[in-house]
This record gives sequence, C-alpha cells and structure tokens, in this order.
Amino acid sequence: MTDLTQLTLSEALKKLKSKDIKASELTDAHLTKMESNKDLNAFITETHDIAQEQAQKADERYANGTAKALDGIPLGIKDLFCTKDIRTTAASKMLENFVPPYESTVTQNLLNDGAVFTGKLNLDEFAMGSSNTTSYFGNVINPWKRNTGDDAQLVHGGSSGGSAAAVASGMVMAATGTDTGGSIRQPASFCGIVGIKPTYGRCSRFGIVAFSSSLDQAGAFARTTEDAALLLQSMAGFDPKDSTSVDKPVPDFTKNLTGSLKGLKVGIPKEYRVEGMPLEIENLWEKGKEWLEEEGAEVIDVSLPHTKYALPTYYIIAPAEASSNLARYDGVRYGLRMPGQDITETYEKTRAEGFGDEVMRRIMIGTYVLSAGYYDAYYIQAQKVRRLIRDDFMKAYEKCDVLLTPTAPSAAFAIGENEDDPIKMYLNDVFTVPASLAGLPGMSVPAGLDTKGLPLGLQILGKPWDEETVLKVGNSIERAAGLSHMPVTLDGKREAA
Amino acid sequence: MNERKGQDNMDRKTVKKVARLARLELNDTQEERLVEQLGNIIGFVETLSEVDTNNVEPLASVVDNELRLREDKVVDGGQQDAVLKNAPETAEGYFVISKVVE
Repeated sequence: MTDLTQLTLSEALKKLKSKDIKASELTDAHLTKMESNKDLNAFITETHDIAQEQAQKADERYANGTAKALDGIPLGIKDLFCTKDIRTTAASKMLENFVPPYESTVTQNLLNDGAVFTGKLNLDEFAMGSSNTTSYFGNVINPWKRNTGDDAQLVHGGSSGGSAAAVASGMVMAATGTDTGGSIRQPASFCGIVGIKPTYGRCSRFGIVAFSSSLDQAGAFARTTEDAALLLQSMAGFDPKDSTSVDKPVPDFTKNLTGSLKGLKVGIPKEYRVEGMPLEIENLWEKGKEWLEEEGAEVIDVSLPHTKYALPTYYIIAPAEASSNLARYDGVRYGLRMPGQDITETYEKTRAEGFGDEVMRRIMIGTYVLSAGYYDAYYIQAQKVRRLIRDDFMKAYEKCDVLLTPTAPSAAFAIGENEDDPIKMYLNDVFTVPASLAGLPGMSVPAGLDTKGLPLGLQILGKPWDEETVLKVGNSIERAAGLSHMPVTLDGKREAA
Repeated sequence: MNERKGQDNMDRKTVKKVARLARLELNDTQEERLVEQLGNIIGFVETLSEVDTNNVEPLASVVDNELRLREDKVVDGGQQDAVLKNAPETAEGYFVISKVVE
C-alpha cells in the first residue's frame, strides 16, 4: 500500500473524490507519522480525537456527495491562531493554559472547507525569532541532516518552525503560518518546502495572536506550489472583523499556475548580492534566472536602493508594535498571573515570569524607541524609511512583474549557533524583511541543495495583490529544479532527494 | 528632539527606566545583559539617521483602508462567561485584582 503521508494535498483530494482512499485512513496515517516524529517537537498540542471526528464527518460528506474544497485534508495550525476550545499558547508561558472561546477567521475558513486539524504547531515565542529556539515548549528540530557525518541538530527556521517541520516530515499535508519579517519564507527555505505569504490584507488577522500588527500576515506551507495555492485559497478573503483586511475578490490561485512565462519580466535586485553570501547560493540564484529565461521570461536588473535600511527599520517598527500589543498581558483578564504587593508589582512579576528573554528584549527595544525624546528620532524616522523602501519596490515594478532573490543568506544552521548575538540572528531575515515592510506577496520555493545536502530556497516577490504571478513563477522553478517533495527525514525512510 | 545617543546612553539607569515603563521586573543579571544588548541593537538601528527623509510622510500602514463604518446594530454580546473563562481570578461576574485605591 502506498504511504498516504507522501501524497501531495492535491493528489489526496483526487483520491478522496474518487473514493480510492478514505479521509479517516488519511488522517490515521498522519497521526501515526506524528507519533514516529515526536522527537522533532513540532507540535505543542495534538488533537487526535478531534481530527478523527472531523475525518469521519468528511467521509460522510464524500459518501453523500456534499464534500467541500479541502474535505478530509489533515492540516497543522501554527499555535498563534486562536482555535475555539483548543489551547492556544503562542509558545509562551504567558498563555500556557489559554483556551480561546472563539475561532480565528483563517482557521474558521479552513474548517468551513472541511479541513482536519491534527494539532497546534510549535513556533518561536509570540513568533519572535528566526530559528524556533525561543519557544517555551522547547526547540523544533529540522528533519533534515547534514550529509557530512556530523550529527548536529539543525534549526528549522522561524518563527513558524513547527509548521515547516511538520509539513517537511509528512506529519501533515500542509500547515498555516504567519509571516512578520520572514517567518514563513525562511523556515520554508530551511526545510525544502514551499511557503507563501500573501499581500498584507489578503488574510484576516482576526484571532491571530498579535506581534506586529502592520506587518503580521497569515500564509501557507505545503510541499508543492499547487498545494500552497489550494491552502491559501481557503485561508484568504475579506473579513469585516479585521479593519486591515481588504475587500477584494480572491482569484482562483490554481487556475494559471502552470502557464508559460512568455512576456513576463523578472527583476534581479542588485542590492541583494550581499557580502559574505555563500557561492552556492549565488550560483543557485543564477540557475533560477536561467530556468525562468528558458520558460520565456525576460530577466532584467533592477535597483532597490534602500535595501540596507530594511533590517534597522524592521527592528524599530516590529518591536515598537510588539511592545504595544503585548501590553495586554497583565495577568488580569487571561493568561498567567504572579501576585505582587500591589497591582504594579503584579504586572511586573507576571510579565517577567511569563515572557522569555527574546520577547522581553523586544518589548524593551520597543518601549525605548517609543519613549519620550526618542519617538521622532527612531519610530517616526523608521516609518519614513519604510515608505522609501516601499517606493523602491513600486518603482522596480514599473519595469518588471516579479523579483527573484535567494530566500535566506544561508542554509539551516545548527541549534545554538547565532544565539549569543541577537543581531547576527536578525541578519537571517535580510532578504525577507524588505517585502514585509512593503506588504508585498512573497514565496520561497525549494530550488536546490547545498554541498552539505541541505535545502536552499529561492524567493519570488510580487506586486501587491498579484499572488497569481508569484505562484506561477514559483511553479516554474519547482518544475525546473525537479526536487523530490519530501526531505531526508530523521527516521531515515527517504533517500536524498 | 533628535537625541540619537542610544548606544552610548545605554546604562543601568536607562534600562531600569524602560523596564519600569514596560512593567517588566528584571534581576541584576538581566539588567546587565540588556545594557549591552540594547546598546548594540540601538547602535544597529542608528544607521537610519543617515537617510534623508525630508518631505517623506511616515508610512503607518501599507493598506490605505479608510476605517469602515458598520450599521449601528448589535451583532454580538451576552458573552460574560466566555469573556471571564480564562481569567486568573473572578467574582460575581467581575475580574478580580489586588486593591488599587487606598
């Protein structure tokens, strides 16, 4: 019998529709896979019983001809999305026992389409990190290993590390993530899968634990571009409950996925050729250009002059918004409470106990840059530079339709590396942060392996609201790269791709 | 207003002040570490001061949504139990905190 966890989402849907397989079999296969991959620590909360119940209902709908778009597909949900009556922690001690009485709009959309939720996925605490090593519930381990014989455990990237690990290892068919500065694209690159962040405003933020409200955007992880398109289709859409949700029709993301790239202009931003970038990443980028040219696209050079200011801008705006958003954790209405002598001491003790080091650090930076005397010099200046960064992209898009760049300046690094130096860790996001600041859609597609056998991704950035072209170019790279969609997992059942 | 001396200015006193504003209790080790780390990070973001932003409007949001108005009609409510469900301490339908007025 075929291993059901190796099917793509779209293959599984076909087999479910043709009644070759049952949703309950499909879910059980994934729950078994979750058991055998427990060492990856991808899940914070597993919901086996709920999943089996949902799968059974999906089978009933397949039987009576009322099946929905994602009926019976086992998905993992980043533990930043509130799920009704299922614990939602944001990977923080602060919310260790928080059980939301409501459902986030994105997960509700998925449930309406018949999806099966097998559990809540691990992440960096409050989605703050680039390595998934700040979770209160422990590190997520990358299912990929270096082929050099060293046994180093590699990070899965962050902040949506659990989502990426679960999809890459076949524990779920696809997963939700959120991307504030690269938290979908960077982990997707580190683990050889597809990750797409749509245009800011495409998916509702209602019910997603807030980190940086002007940057946070939900997106999809899957093993193929087609699967990512199918998942995003279900997640996206206008929501009156989110004032930054945009009322635009959602196109059919799979419709134009495989077309020719004739007439398409692909921009190569020269500022993304950063010093110290490994040669193999540079070479892969070259290869990506060639692949797209072979498909009929024209590759041109463009300039995004304010690129080098993107990270400093991000590390003012994101912590500033975070310090404001996280003010709500006061030990009064929900979450942890550590009693003090008076209310102020209760706040201070609660927050010191509930937040980890990285979260505290970012609250401190944010509070500092927003404080009297510094507000104009840091925060307002950052918002002005943010506009210049966005203007750079808009000017580039007068000459081209999409941009092609590497997703990250390195492959997955070992757990513990970069940890002593927050700034070095922040540099991981150098290629993903600018598009986040500009609110643009972006996707990472696995494009090759480095000399140690680790996956590397290429990033495609599109015009606002043009996820379709991003997906189409991504699909083209996926076909040209011809990688197997499953990685070398820890349990060793697969050979090198 | 343009006091850009973050990196050099970062000292125990500033860290204590900011921690107080953020309502975070720090121990000595944390304070010491934050003096160094905040100083480095502020030094890192300081490069923004070299960008000429005269006549540039701050960008607060990438979507230019006007805030929408909805019909003045009750759509939700009567959720007292749900609202209180996750509270550390409640009494008679209220959140309970320690005494704040003498």
